[in-house]
Amino acid sequence: MSAMDAPVRTPLRPVRTAAEEALALTLQATLDAEAGQGRIGEVRRAALDAFRAHGLPHRRVEEWKYTDLRAAVRDVPPLSTAPDAAAEAEALALVPSVPDAARILFVAGAFARGASDLAALPEGVAALPLDSAIAAADPLADRIGALSPDRYDAALALNTGFLKEGLTLHVDAGARVARPVHLAHAFPGGKPAAGFTRTVIVVGAGAEVTLVESFSGTVGVAYHANHAMELVVGDGATVHLVRLQEEGDAALHLGTLMLEMGRGAKLNHFSLAQGAALSRFSVYGRFAGTGAQGSLSGVTLARGRQHADTTLLLDHAVAGCESRELFKTVLADASHGVFQGKIVVRRDAQKTDGRMMSKALLLSDAAEMDNKPELEIFADDVQCGHGATVGALDDKMLFYLRSRGLPQAEAELLLIQAFVGEAVEQVESEALRELLMDRMVAWLAKRAA
Amino acid sequence: MLEIKNLHASIGDNEILKGLNLTIPDGEIHAIMGPNGSGKSTLSYVLSGKPDYEVTDGSVTFDGQDILALAPEERAAAGLFLAFQYPIEIPGVANMTFLRAAMNAQRKARGEEEISTPDFLKLVRQKAPDLGMSPEMLRRGVNVGFSGGEKKRNEILQMALLEPKLCILDETDSGLDIDALKVVAHGVNALRSPTRSMLVITHYQRLLDHIIPDVVHVMHKGRIVRSGGKELALELEESGYAAYEQDAA
Amino acid sequence: MPAVQETVERVRAIDVDQYKYGFVTDIESEKAPKGLSEDTIRYISARKTEPEWMLEWRLDAYRRWLTMEEPTWARVSYPAIDFQDYYYYSAPKAAPKSIDEIDPEILKTYEKLGIPLRERDALLGIEGASGSRVAVDAVFDSVSVATTFKEELAKAGVIFMPISEAIREHPELVKKYLGSVVPVSDNFYATLNSAVFSDGSFVYIPPGVRCPMELSTYFRINERNTGQFERTLIIADEGSYVSYLEGCTAPQRDENQLHAAVVELVALKDAEIKYSTVQNWYPGDKDGKGGIYNFVTKRGDCRGDNSKISWTQVETGSAITWKYPSCILRGDNSQGEFYSIAISNGHQQVDSGTKMVHLGKNTSSRIISKGIAAGHSDNTYRGLVSAHRRATGARNFTNCDSLLIGNHCGAHTVPYMEAKNASAQFEHEATTSKISEDQLFYCLQRGLSQEESVALIVNGFVRDVLQQLPMEFAVEAQKLIAVSLEGSVG
Repeated sequence: MSAMDAPVRTPLRPVRTAAEEALALTLQATLDAEAGQGRIGEVRRAALDAFRAHGLPHRRVEEWKYTDLRAAVRDVPPLSTAPDAAAEAEALALVPSVPDAARILFVAGAFARGASDLAALPEGVAALPLDSAIAAADPLADRIGALSPDRYDAALALNTGFLKEGLTLHVDAGARVARPVHLAHAFPGGKPAAGFTRTVIVVGAGAEVTLVESFSGTVGVAYHANHAMELVVGDGATVHLVRLQEEGDAALHLGTLMLEMGRGAKLNHFSLAQGAALSRFSVYGRFAGTGAQGSLSGVTLARGRQHADTTLLLDHAVAGCESRELFKTVLADASHGVFQGKIVVRRDAQKTDGRMMSKALLLSDAAEMDNKPELEIFADDVQCGHGATVGALDDKMLFYLRSRGLPQAEAELLLIQAFVGEAVEQVESEALRELLMDRMVAWLAKRAA
Repeated sequence: MLEIKNLHASIGDNEILKGLNLTIPDGEIHAIMGPNGSGKSTLSYVLSGKPDYEVTDGSVTFDGQDILALAPEERAAAGLFLAFQYPIEIPGVANMTFLRAAMNAQRKARGEEEISTPDFLKLVRQKAPDLGMSPEMLRRGVNVGFSGGEKKRNEILQMALLEPKLCILDETDSGLDIDALKVVAHGVNALRSPTRSMLVITHYQRLLDHIIPDVVHVMHKGRIVRSGGKELALELEESGYAAYEQDAA
Repeated sequence: MPAVQETVERVRAIDVDQYKYGFVTDIESEKAPKGLSEDTIRYISARKTEPEWMLEWRLDAYRRWLTMEEPTWARVSYPAIDFQDYYYYSAPKAAPKSIDEIDPEILKTYEKLGIPLRERDALLGIEGASGSRVAVDAVFDSVSVATTFKEELAKAGVIFMPISEAIREHPELVKKYLGSVVPVSDNFYATLNSAVFSDGSFVYIPPGVRCPMELSTYFRINERNTGQFERTLIIADEGSYVSYLEGCTAPQRDENQLHAAVVELVALKDAEIKYSTVQNWYPGDKDGKGGIYNFVTKRGDCRGDNSKISWTQVETGSAITWKYPSCILRGDNSQGEFYSIAISNGHQQVDSGTKMVHLGKNTSSRIISKGIAAGHSDNTYRGLVSAHRRATGARNFTNCDSLLIGNHCGAHTVPYMEAKNASAQFEHEATTSKISEDQLFYCLQRGLSQEESVALIVNGFVRDVLQQLPMEFAVEAQKLIAVSLEGSVG
């Protein structure tokens, strides 16, 4: 059973590789300097202990079986420092423009006050830089770590250990926020740095808001971006969340979304992953209120030797919730795509309706796709299903298009666009759909060139 | 217009066309009839350049140009059009997007200006109603959710928009009821012109009541075994293909 | 086959707590000393009068096993196994030389099980409704006690005998193929089996031969505290065909018994092997006490071009099942199939599935898995489909459906899909659902009882797989399904 031979339990063992050693040391030093005696200090120290015990995950850790972080992380760049005006300007040039949005900028993980519309947020939205929020004992800061999963996650442990930069954002109950809020993360400059940010977002009951997260950075620079979001979608609230991961091609991107859905809450989430040398996006979603509906969709585009991993864990804890996941992966050259999606339906979560689909398109024989959709069902009155496909472009469709005069490359482009288009369709806002399609078409055009 | 000489073609190790000869002058409509498995559809695929088929001998000249070395899209740009027997569904590619992409690709290949959006829309609005193609059908993915008849109508609409020199209709009548057949035949007849030729492949004579051919060929075991006027089709309708089966046996 | 029909009749009316095969046969047996050591292995090898190379092979496996750890990745839980608390060899005391010398008690056992050991009985079977014949090799605890139809099979050139005999009589074949599909150190249990396997069946089908009848092995664990480690090796030479059936039972015992078998299949060029299993080991009582630990490694190697291996399994027994019949699709155009029904009730734990490893060009595989969980059981499908770099044109279709009956069980699906070739085309779909209230009401309204209705609907749910079984097995399997689900509703 060698290929399935991955232990469920990670054995306790000391930190081993040089990178793990360096991370633990830096983390220890940072904690000694920063972490106080309060709850946050405890949370951070616990994360260091967990990291010391488990380190970076490798092939034999089931959840990371296709993304060997221990082998991939060789060097650890120094922690980023507070940005100056020049860095902010350079960062802004990297950030995609989101029409009509209020923007908050993080430069190499650190909050950039000068380039953020903190004071000009739409009505009903309030945000604080994380350090101020912690200092001011903001109730949102007190929630840090509340949505952490039961299982050890190295990316999240590091994010928690280095927790200092980030944001708390609150949307008032009942607020209908028309303007999107754009949380932009950029790594400018030619020197690699490591940045860790945490955003804690609580959307009040019945509110509606659109959030766009973007991640970008300098091409060719091996920086480490580690970002985690804790998002509470209140009872009857609606959140549209679009994530654009367009990191520089040498970067390491580790993203975590922790999610809790209240009663009748709605989430419409789309994630585009097309940057970074290695990226992993983990979602821990918990359906905690009856009648919650989650739609998570996404597109991964990879080429060269890029490695892109999307891993979802959706926990249906209560009855009557609905989840829909549709992920499309397009792999060119020697790129490697990973999709792992697990739907858990607990004993009492009757009438759960969960559907998950992952479709991958392989454009090259050197590309690799690994799919692991999972169902874990403990309630009997449910409708759950998953599907996964891997394949090349359809020869018959290609011939049909060519017989009508479309050159091979153009016919392929049209079919790939149609392939990813199905996932983009899930986004409700037309402006955001257009933004997404534009960015994908640009990627495809670059590939064809 | 089209000259096929001693054409041999196979798929895998299986030779299907075994020395086929056929000449279609400008402006003429030729019908090819024959029993199932005689190689009719293979001929349409070989002419349009489907990758799985290998031409082992012979030549195909289209407008004085050897087309066997051309890619499918180059043949299309040269004016060759195949109306498929089973048009494929392409989810996610809107019919309109596809039609415009095809028109512009062909124009570009011929060194012509691309069609502007208003001109394109005008053209489609002008041609679609005749074929009973609703705006809703044009917005949908190519052939997605179309009935058999709708798919065939969509093929003829593409033909009308692309204005090819040679139209190959592969069993266009299959799966059509009589009303749908009339709509399709009407669309085809509207495209008759002294500078446009057609090759109509069919198993039954009934399509030829509506699209009157100049010449009828009988195909059997990968060759043309008999040619004649339109009355040959009627004769075949009565006697069937049995005589040819026996000849072969 | 009337014998099977009889079995079926007897199976009826038994509920999950009254395992039908739970009788103990009272015969004198000869056992190796309890526990596992090199001496135990030497004892087994000596009892089998094995050649030196076989003993060395076993000892090598044993030494490797000592360095290995029990796998923990499956979704099953059980107390630590004390491997020194088992007997690794048990044989009826009087070793039979021919079928007439078999202890009448054993014969009675097999009769109770519905296995016609005597050819006379089997021949009577010809006149039965189904009109087919089955050659049977029966394994009682650690030894093979009888192989029927030997002569007739020999005429066709088919070798069908206990593997212990094959080691002596056909050493060249055994040496060539044993461990060639499941390597000695493949996994913890396979390695243990390699060290201590006591008996099992050996089949060789010569080139171009279509085996004239179904071959079958019936396994039975009788002795208390006995582990059964049988080893089956089937070789289908070029252009041959064989259909092989396997059935298993064990007496009702309070303690857990260990069953760690290894089955190796080799299909050479143009050959086809169809392997069907009805596994009905004792599942434990309704509180989860006792039952068989079924830790089995089954793998087929489609070694030649155009070869085909098809696994069909109906798993209703055992306290714990850990089993993944797999296909290595090495030859070009080779095909692998896995059809499975896994039913768990009471406190049973099932972690089963398959691996389809596409190595050759234009290989195809098909997986149809139906899992039914009832009572307090957990039922997991775990499967791997992979296409390697050179496996151009690989195709897979997977469908795994789960059905939950009641709200104390769990059904899980863990498929792995790894594609390293752009021309590979994999499709996987899985669903989990419950028995529709409407269907149930419809049946009830027509006068069926709750349990009959559930059995009927479940039989419909698993029909795709039942159709893959040879006729006699299909009938038996259908009844077994009803029996194993009894007590699951209401």
